[in-house]
Amino acid sequence: MKKKRRFRRGEIPTASMADIAFLLLIFFLVTTTIDMDKGLGIVLPAEGEEIEIKKDNILNCLINSSGNVLLGGEPIKTKDIGKEVRRKIAENQKLIISVKAHAKTKYSDYIAVIDQLKMANAKRISIAEVE
Amino acid sequence: MKLKRKTKISSEIPTASMPDIIFMLLIFFMVTTVLRKYSGLPVELPRAKRIEKLKSKRHTSNIWVSKEGLVSIQDKLHSVENIRHVMYDIRAADPLLTVSLKADKSAKMGLISEIHNELRKADALKLNYSTKTAVE
Repeated sequence: MKKKRRFRRGEIPTASMADIAFLLLIFFLVTTTIDMDKGLGIVLPAEGEEIEIKKDNILNCLINSSGNVLLGGEPIKTKDIGKEVRRKIAENQKLIISVKAHAKTKYSDYIAVIDQLKMANAKRISIAEVE
Repeated sequence: MKLKRKTKISSEIPTASMPDIIFMLLIFFMVTTVLRKYSGLPVELPRAKRIEKLKSKRHTSNIWVSKEGLVSIQDKLHSVENIRHVMYDIRAADPLLTVSLKADKSAKMGLISEIHNELRKADALKLNYSTKTAVE
């Protein structure tokens, strides 16, 4: 019995093993940055895929260089676009929203408009080329 | 003495397998951690509410657009006219490609629109405007 105990003393102490492993685990947990890519998805039309649409089914949404929005010819606040578009889509299911921005429009203003359109569940969004 | 020892040992939680369990966790985290391949340009992303997650990182290619109008793909600066060639190659290698556009919030729409056109020419049609989550 005594001899066996002596053998135990010769073993590598494994009591602190868990602590070491925990430390490593926590280090990796902390240093790992899980940056999920997220954003507004959109599908661009293929090259040369231009279809003519009836004028009644188009809702023009113009953004000027200072971020002001003109929806269907009337000025509107960015945060009200969602509601307005939702109402207009309810009237006309075939409605296509054509977003047109000025070349000097800030990207964030454009994203704000696209976000509003997404909020209105607008599936048919057309992005017109910048003049 | 013997009886006491026995009870003491049995009442303890077995910690012998503890390192194994933790090592397994550690290895799991190490394997699932994807180190960032490309660092890109310094951009401040715009904020949006109706965001969706990108399905797979493997099928995603980033285009970085800084506020000065610099365009970077896979850690290289490109001119706007060159994007179609670069993206065409990437698109040809991966048919399920989604392009994640990481543009600075004060980038100009003129440039973004040109990138749209370039992407259409490269047949990379799935686009995602990378944004941060807006706080309501």
